[in-house]
Amino acid sequence: MSAWARLLSLCARSQLAALAALLSMLAIAPAAAIEITQVKSPGGIEAWLVADRTLPIVNLRFAVRGGAAADPAGKEGLARLAAALFDEGAGPYPSQEFQKRLEDRAIALGFSAGPDNFSGNLRTLADARDQAFDLLRLALAEPRFDPEAIERMRGELMSDIKSRQDDPNYVAAREWFALVFGKHPYARPVEGTLDSLPKIARADLQSFAKTRLGRDRLVIAVSGAITAEELAPLLDKTFGRLPATAAASEIPEAALQFDGGTHVVEKDVPQSVVLFGGAGIKRNDPDWFAAYVMNYILGGGGFTSRLTEQVREKRGLAYSVYSHLSPLDHAGLVMGGVATENGHVAQSVDLIREEWAKFGADGVSDAELANAKTYLNGSFPLQLDSTAKIAEVLLSVQLDGLGIGYLDRRAGLIDAVTAEDVRRVARRLLDPKTLTFVVVGRPAGLAAAPGPREKDTRSPAPRR
Amino acid sequence: MPNVRHLSHRFAVAAVLGAWLALVGPAGAAGFDAETFTLANGLEVVVIANRRAPVIANMVWYRVGAADEEPGESGLAHFLEHLMFKGTRDVPPGEFSKIVAHNGGNDNAFTGHDYTAYFQRVARDRLDLVLKLEADRMTGLVLTDKEVLPERKVVLEERRSRTENDPGALLEEQVMAALYLNSPYRRPVIGWAEEIARLGRDEAIDFYRRHYAPNNAILVVVGDVSADELRPLAEKYFGTIAAVPVPPRMRPPEPRPRAARRVILTDARVRLAELTRDYLAPSYGAGKREHAYALEILSEILGGGPTSRLYREIAIEKKLAAMALANYSPTAIDRVSFSIHLSPRPGVKVEKLETALDGVLGDLSTRGVNADEVASAKKRLRASVTYAQDSIFAVANIFGAALATGQTVADVEAWPERIDAVTVAQVNEAARALFVPENSVTGVLLPASAPAGGRESEREGGPERGPGNRQGAIR
Repeated sequence: MSAWARLLSLCARSQLAALAALLSMLAIAPAAAIEITQVKSPGGIEAWLVADRTLPIVNLRFAVRGGAAADPAGKEGLARLAAALFDEGAGPYPSQEFQKRLEDRAIALGFSAGPDNFSGNLRTLADARDQAFDLLRLALAEPRFDPEAIERMRGELMSDIKSRQDDPNYVAAREWFALVFGKHPYARPVEGTLDSLPKIARADLQSFAKTRLGRDRLVIAVSGAITAEELAPLLDKTFGRLPATAAASEIPEAALQFDGGTHVVEKDVPQSVVLFGGAGIKRNDPDWFAAYVMNYILGGGGFTSRLTEQVREKRGLAYSVYSHLSPLDHAGLVMGGVATENGHVAQSVDLIREEWAKFGADGVSDAELANAKTYLNGSFPLQLDSTAKIAEVLLSVQLDGLGIGYLDRRAGLIDAVTAEDVRRVARRLLDPKTLTFVVVGRPAGLAAAPGPREKDTRSPAPRR
Repeated sequence: MPNVRHLSHRFAVAAVLGAWLALVGPAGAAGFDAETFTLANGLEVVVIANRRAPVIANMVWYRVGAADEEPGESGLAHFLEHLMFKGTRDVPPGEFSKIVAHNGGNDNAFTGHDYTAYFQRVARDRLDLVLKLEADRMTGLVLTDKEVLPERKVVLEERRSRTENDPGALLEEQVMAALYLNSPYRRPVIGWAEEIARLGRDEAIDFYRRHYAPNNAILVVVGDVSADELRPLAEKYFGTIAAVPVPPRMRPPEPRPRAARRVILTDARVRLAELTRDYLAPSYGAGKREHAYALEILSEILGGGPTSRLYREIAIEKKLAAMALANYSPTAIDRVSFSIHLSPRPGVKVEKLETALDGVLGDLSTRGVNADEVASAKKRLRASVTYAQDSIFAVANIFGAALATGQTVADVEAWPERIDAVTVAQVNEAARALFVPENSVTGVLLPASAPAGGRESEREGGPERGPGNRQGAIR
């Protein structure tokens, strides 16, 4: 089925400043109290398991590497549409019958696609476990892609896009990613466009199901009321019929284009929505944790962050101002956002540019560094206070290739970050010359200001 | 001596979550095993132990919300919520959240019509700290214009983000004002912009002194702690705060509605029309309360998911809707809204959606629901309890919202049983009483210009302004 919640966009954002801290997440290792078992099925399928019988619930999350970035040109939205359809009928059960089987036993099954991964999640009560896994099996092995369901899901995705066409948040994200990624696949919307979605045929969806979900790219996390012995055979049953390998999708490294300018998209809205950012860092970069700490202090830490202090607390210019790291497989970004009335945009942009520049120049204080570490380590158990969250974290750790020991190593890695590390990384990532803004609204006193490398921002630029 | 009631139930318990907790699915297993006691100064304390991880969700719920504001000061309860972070004698302005963060915790707060809640999620060994912080600001708030005035700007930006930048939210605001003839639920929690702009330090402190007191609050603590462990801490930090007389929660009566209402909002930013229908409905606290549980089941059957009546008939069979949902939350003091929301597939006119909607509702009123639908809905609602129990924060919210709106711990624990006891006939009776046109407001969101004969949901091109082509009434 389609997502009953809002479709996710590439740029995660939040209205509440305090949530921004959680956006720069990524994989976070569970505290030592969590015991992870690496389960390998007879057929060789692996899953990480945290068994917990506190409640009669089982959670399963899986991901397959390779996401919307690999959608064929002109058929953007394929991965997302396929995700919407995997639970819209499988095997002998057309859509309503399939959904009824889920609903009658309170089983939740859903699929989604991001730029780099296709994923799914299953939540069931323990007494419906076998049926739940079986429905997942069926969905993956024999999706029906009935014409009625295709048209309905296509219509829903298109309606959603349509309804957001003048939403400044949506416009800002589309504009910023188009500017920054140029011709790279990451510039294309994961949800597709009103032009591309109608071009996706049933054959495309069937091909997706048959060729894109390979066991060699599969990552699985399970938590709850199930043992390793019970899980192992279920892994083969559920995922065993996926092809051994997936069609390789060659996504190139992105040549990011930051002109350092401020691009205005005029829209009649009372509050301008602003996105900003520059080249960031990938998850496997040796400086990851220094950047993570840096971002927390800059704008990821909610009320403890510099951006919130300057823009919101001191001056009341915004309800929401934040920054976050956005590591993709083929690009690293450091991004942020702010929303403020049209009359205050220029001032907010200036303040943010100032903070960006100051970071690399002046670094961080010992107190800021210590506080950041205390929070990032001390709050980690909060990421694991439900079996549902545990499964999410386990999946992330696997997707990022961090290893099963990561959970125990994480605290040490954060503690090892020095003030000099943070300053060095800030000089690398928080380059004021490349900090590029998109403003959607009617910002007063803010002419679209070209950056030093303006001209044709759509042509590929040399990688910095 | 504090009054301790220890509840240990084996049967399935459930609690209804407010709309913003709609994430949680149905469940049903063991009880919450909530323990409660009350301090001498009237502070109610609810504790639910969950030993899975050494973490705590600590919440203080005040029995005051936007619906307790005086006319002319809308937004004050929410504004005060913001200001509660702006300093006490012991904690300098802005330091509250920093202290929590420096102790590895997360914190935030929220305001509704009937309550204002503050929470922290911390490691077990920081429980003392957060109890102390909450106790301190229960009566120790110190405000100056230096803190108040910038925060007022922040709230105005928040309103812009949540409402003024979103035509759908603007429509909902207008619909609520039309749905409730007299109830203070007709006002937005965030407040009307003109009134927010006039709020100041004096109003905030006055509201604070009138409503923030231990005898007007509930302390809810869920996680790695028991009532026996918490009681001495609650006494230590909150026990010395004196009770003060608190104004009774007088809510103006909601007169019987006599006319179906229609609210049409056109806006150049709208690219896809939307249709809403809201019915004035009983809650646990008001109106035909005995219908509330039946209506929860009805909401699930009518618009709770892909096999629901609305989705099946309007999205699948008639191919008119892209989205079709129903929402109903009876956790409130006054009567509430039973809401339906439909969005059209591209190219479909809103009139057709509405005709289809009326068809579904008419069918429901004449032929009723069947036993299969009721059983399936009950299953999901009961399951929501088990799923909720996976999250200590969700559990804390369930109890806080219930107690702040006049329910008891026993009500929360009995929810699954009460849902189970609802009969098909009761669902049908509740539906017939609900779906009366005079109870309703129909909301329509339209693009600013719709070509005559219109496929009004198709409009490309840049922003348009102004009144120029006003869409006339739908019917």
